[in-house]
Amino acid sequence: MLTETGTMTRPHACGHGPLAIEANGLVKRFDGTLAVDGVDIAVPEGAIYGILGPNGAGKTTTLRMLLGIIDPDEGVRRVLGNDRPHEVAKLIGYLPEERGLYPAMKCDEAIAFMGALRGLPLDEGKARGRKLLEAHGLGHAIDRQIRQLSKGMAQTVQLLGTLVHRPKLVVFDEPFSGLDAINQGKLEVMIRELAKTGTTVIFSTHVIHHAERLCDEVAIIAGGKVPYAGSVDAARDRIPAQVRLETRSSEGAWRAALPNDARHDRKGDDSHFWCFPVPETGIEALLKRLIEGEAGILSLSIERAGLHDAFVEIAGAAAARALDEDTAGGVGR
Amino acid sequence: MSDTTRLTRFEAARVVARRDFHAILFSRAFLFFLLGPLFPILIGALAGGIGGQVQRDATTRLVAVVMSEADAEAMIEARARLAPQVGRALPELAISRSSAPPDKILRETGRNYAAVVTGTLDAPEITAPQEAIAIWSGPIAMIAAHAGSSEVQAYPAVAGRPVATSRAAERSDRIRTAQAGQLILFLLMMLLAGMVLSNLVEEKANKVIEVLAAAIPMDAVFLGKLVAMLGVSFVGIAVWAVAGGAIGLLAGNALPQLPEPALGWPLFVAFGIAYFAMGYLLLGSLFLTIGGMAATVREVQTLSMPVTMAQLLVFFLAASSITRPGSPIELFSAVFPLSSPFAMLARAAQSEALWPHALALAWQALCVFAFVRVGATIFRRRVMKSGKAGRAVKGHVGETKPV
Repeated sequence: MLTETGTMTRPHACGHGPLAIEANGLVKRFDGTLAVDGVDIAVPEGAIYGILGPNGAGKTTTLRMLLGIIDPDEGVRRVLGNDRPHEVAKLIGYLPEERGLYPAMKCDEAIAFMGALRGLPLDEGKARGRKLLEAHGLGHAIDRQIRQLSKGMAQTVQLLGTLVHRPKLVVFDEPFSGLDAINQGKLEVMIRELAKTGTTVIFSTHVIHHAERLCDEVAIIAGGKVPYAGSVDAARDRIPAQVRLETRSSEGAWRAALPNDARHDRKGDDSHFWCFPVPETGIEALLKRLIEGEAGILSLSIERAGLHDAFVEIAGAAAARALDEDTAGGVGR
Repeated sequence: MSDTTRLTRFEAARVVARRDFHAILFSRAFLFFLLGPLFPILIGALAGGIGGQVQRDATTRLVAVVMSEADAEAMIEARARLAPQVGRALPELAISRSSAPPDKILRETGRNYAAVVTGTLDAPEITAPQEAIAIWSGPIAMIAAHAGSSEVQAYPAVAGRPVATSRAAERSDRIRTAQAGQLILFLLMMLLAGMVLSNLVEEKANKVIEVLAAAIPMDAVFLGKLVAMLGVSFVGIAVWAVAGGAIGLLAGNALPQLPEPALGWPLFVAFGIAYFAMGYLLLGSLFLTIGGMAATVREVQTLSMPVTMAQLLVFFLAASSITRPGSPIELFSAVFPLSSPFAMLARAAQSEALWPHALALAWQALCVFAFVRVGATIFRRRVMKSGKAGRAVKGHVGETKPV
């Protein structure tokens, strides 16, 4: 696996503390098609960890292998110190991509049932479920059947069911999918609060800014491979800071100060936008030449590369395009 | 919560079973499901009652007369004279010229005598099973009295010679019990196992299956569902049995009577319940696997058709081997998992040996375990393939930019 330092190394050697999840060389084929191709992941305990990639990249299959829902064809996984994830099922909470609850169940029963599957006695699950529902503004819906709830409310109920047994590791598959902006915000808060209590959170997403805002570490996945796994900062630092320049003129002697591959966009009739890495000669020298060359500077900023830029750099343009299309498709926005 | 980090398989199965049992039992659909078979039971009981009455009328009223020629003729004439007044309370009489002992005449093939009258008009004797002696002693005494004299002073005493049913006849009778047991077992299994089919499809439609699969082993999910369905089936059977019993009481003793099975009724019923449970679990685990692989009800119907047909064949196999206990085909039926419950129930009707049942139940339980494990494995391999909406794994393979 290539880490943030760009060298092949074992996950334990990354300087992490204890790992909640450790997977090496996971391979999964379906009917001869390679779905996951040698995935390595190391999720530190207590971290918020994102698996970022377009639809069909292998995120769900990877999570399912980590949870023991399916077995890998090759490779090993270790979840909370156990090679067999079901052996530590009581310590894990899982929200699948496809939300599912029994429509005839009442909200508190549904939460209690999900807790019971993880070893929580039904009565205790019901009591905790009622408290959780009240705490999340669904106190009025405690005795309602799932079929009577809105989609957002049902998703919240399932989320609470995922957490009712107070797991040490929570796995969310596309948790923001189908949520409106308000509920996405609430979920982000919830994820941060879980991490504060020491719970490890791992989630998959195809929306970059969720990963960028929330995650300590990410695994970028495309085509069943993980070309990068490490901290978000390190991923962004792989790309030099970008100069974003807006000028009145587009031609002149000052153009020689810009790199040949600087990206150029025309903004209306009287301004031009340029984007390029900070030159090696430094920003002061660049600024001097622009002023002397009468570029007509309208604005100039130096911006650190975003995770999207890092994704393009790491996973390639095609995967980035797929990611953008998925995001533009509205799922999980 | 206990200190362990997972539920045992049985604890996990219990969580699933409890949920499914309550959900099905308290659904409106189950009420309709319960009511459905009551109509056939009612119609069947009526038809059976009529058929039973007809059968009794047709086969048990004929009494053979083995007396001197004069006495026999006098008996026939006396019966003819009395018939207009007494009617159907009198037996049909037929003179038998056979020189065989009365008990052999009673079992003559081709003639279905209820009793054989021997002796003289003053001292007639009836050879018959005990219950037939009780029924026909009075009418025979009346006929003999009127045959001996036109002015009857007193009826002669009729001596009864009860015969024990021969082993052959006993076996022949018990075959009826075996057949009835097999048929009821088959009908109940086919009726109830279908519920399992729709259950997992519903589960997949609800998309709960992945929540279950992530939390507990898939074989525990399967086992829980099967046990829940079995529990629901027992509730259904109890309701239908009570309804059937009530109908039987209303119909009086007109319903057909079955000969007592070799192991006696209590053990036969107990084995019937055990074999239903095993047969149901075996068939249910097959159906559950099919239900797991199917995405829609239509797919379920298509996939389950061959299993249903195969189950019919298995039933016919077990049914055809009833008359050949100990034959290779009967042994095969007893060993082949899907036909074993039918074949062994037939054995319970015909044979007094208990140990084969212990062996068969253990074997069937082992097969249930194996079926569930294999079904769960197939389910995990074939169903949990990809992400949302069963999207196949579309390759962005090769698009990764190396770093």
